[in-house]
Amino acid sequence: MAILIIAEHDNSTLKSATLNTVTAACQMGDELHLLVAGEGCAAVAEAAASVAGVSKVLLADNAAYGRQLAENLSLLIAELGKDYSHVVAPATTTGKNVMPRVAALLDVGQISDIIAVEAADTFQRPIYAGNAIATVQSLDSIKVITVRGTAFDAAASTGSSASVDSVSPAHDAGTSAFVSEEMAKSDRPELTAASVVVSGGRGLGNGENFALLESLADKLGGAVGASRAAVDAGFVPNDMQVGQTGKIVAPDIYFAVGISGAIQHLAGMKDSKVIVAINKDEEAPIFQVADYSLVADLFEAVPELESKL
Amino acid sequence: MKVLVAVKRVIDYNVKVRVKPDNSDVDLANVKMALNPFCEIAVEEAVRLKESGAASEVVVVSIGPKACQEQIRTALALGADRGIQIETEELPESLNVAKLLAKVVEEEQPGLVILGKQSIDADNNQTGQMLGALLNRPQGTFASEVKIDGDSVNVTREVDGGLQTLNLKLPAIVTTDLRLNEPRYAKLPDIMKAKRKPLDVKTPADLGVELKNHTRLLKVSAPAERQAGIRVASVDELIDKLKNEAKVL
Ligand SMILES: Cc1cc2nc3c(=O)[nH]c(=O)nc-3n(C[C@H](O)[C@H](O)[C@H](O)COP(=O)(O)OP(=O)(O)OC[C@H]3O[C@@H](n4cnc5c(N)ncnc54)[C@H](O)[C@@H]3O)c2cc1C
Ligand SMILES: Nc1ncnc2c1ncn2[C@@H]1O[C@H](COP(=O)(O)O)[C@@H](O)[C@H]1O
Repeated sequence: MAILIIAEHDNSTLKSATLNTVTAACQMGDELHLLVAGEGCAAVAEAAASVAGVSKVLLADNAAYGRQLAENLSLLIAELGKDYSHVVAPATTTGKNVMPRVAALLDVGQISDIIAVEAADTFQRPIYAGNAIATVQSLDSIKVITVRGTAFDAAASTGSSASVDSVSPAHDAGTSAFVSEEMAKSDRPELTAASVVVSGGRGLGNGENFALLESLADKLGGAVGASRAAVDAGFVPNDMQVGQTGKIVAPDIYFAVGISGAIQHLAGMKDSKVIVAINKDEEAPIFQVADYSLVADLFEAVPELESKL
Repeated sequence: MKVLVAVKRVIDYNVKVRVKPDNSDVDLANVKMALNPFCEIAVEEAVRLKESGAASEVVVVSIGPKACQEQIRTALALGADRGIQIETEELPESLNVAKLLAKVVEEEQPGLVILGKQSIDADNNQTGQMLGALLNRPQGTFASEVKIDGDSVNVTREVDGGLQTLNLKLPAIVTTDLRLNEPRYAKLPDIMKAKRKPLDVKTPADLGVELKNHTRLLKVSAPAERQAGIRVASVDELIDKLKNEAKVL
């Protein structure tokens, strides 16, 4: 049986998290179908059709799916999913929102946030904020899975020329409606896909001071992240949060600036290749995971670093 | 309107767990246990809804061994009115939890069910959504604001790109994110009062739910430990190391 992958997109572009999910799905089986559900999303389906490894794209283009409302989307995915061995989505906020509903509708469990595929029914996933790795075997006939993007390379976005089939079921549960959104705009690379991440914590003191990190990030072509404390204090928007309950990142270099290194924060960044920590407290726990530790006042060290790069 | 809150007993969030030497699971012997932080926020939100007059009663449910009555008492001390424990030997998998909660919802008919977005032990992030599907009710997950508006509720959600607000018809399901509120501390008189609040105990059989395993835990291992690196004395040394040793610049 084939594997159904749920594409992450905004009706105009296919999000890179989909490509990491395709790589994970490849390790579960070899016939991959990609579902693009949205409104006015034909361009996404076209991009999806060229993703290496994908043999068929299902396009569900309907107003009911335009905002990815979980109530509607889960009905569609569960209806299509019953003919598949696996239904797989990226562990983004959209995937996390929709997939457990799909699992419940199919009367199966969900295996969340996998980081490795050991066999078609056996997966590894972090538990306890990444302080332990569980190997779990699914006992269900249909495996509903979300995939941690940083644990799998991105599949090539070209190389295939899959067919695009329109699927017609339009499910509108009629119980939820989109009201508004406030999306943070940034020209920097996406946090979860950036090769350099510069993150700030409570030590930054206020939101304006994040400009220091932004100019360092811009010099390195990187993204800016934050600790939960910085988000809670209102320094920066929630979409910048790195950690157990925020975004998971694994860049080539991660700068932790004015961040103490709570386990919840480490859970989101400790798979980075190189970790640099700048903190004025030489006892800060972040230094236990950092490759390069600089005990310094960030307000002196960061501008100096930026100017010398 | 009645509000139902699902609360889970988990390891305290400050404790770093260790994996058992035989790799069968993590070692929870003699470890401090607590109310899951997201559930605490769920209780606080429900109590605030009651205080504002939007809700009439707050009922908390926890599923697990007898020890989880401690967490129900904590919730009662924070202001919930009564508790229900559904007694199971171990903490069941999410779909089973959702099925049990669905039965409680059928009995209690709450206008709103509030859960945490994630339990910090299993890190599943799925029970609320599953409950929504089983009951065919709308959901506002990862909520940072909940506003009751007549027979619907507006929920602002923390999503990857920022914030999104949805309007849900009641009855609905909400799962909490960290910024929704800051839970109060229970005062001693409230802790005393909580001991006398009603707490019903039921079994899955009472609710007509048969627990089923959907996964088998094969192994629990420790993650690859990161070695602490080196101290650099200056920004110049840092740049030199990044360029010439790590070769990432
Ligand atoms: C259920 C739950 C989930 C959570 N999820 C997350 C999560 O996903 N992500 C997350 O990050 N947190 C999360 N947290 C919060 C986490 O526990 C910590 O509270 C948080 O990470 C601390 O942020 P911080 O390091 O910025 O702040 P602090 O711990 O206050 O550290 C600030 C640091 O800045 C340093 N500093 C101050 N001034 C300067 C200066 N001038 N120069 C240099 N250094 C300076 C200080 O020495 C200190 O080490 C969660 C908590 C809970 C309960
Ligand atoms: N055993 C349980 N008893 C009561 N509520 C639970 C239980 N397990 C999970 N929940 C609820 O579901 C939320 C999400 O848990 P999870 O899906 O396991 O991450 C928790 O914050 C609780 O509100």
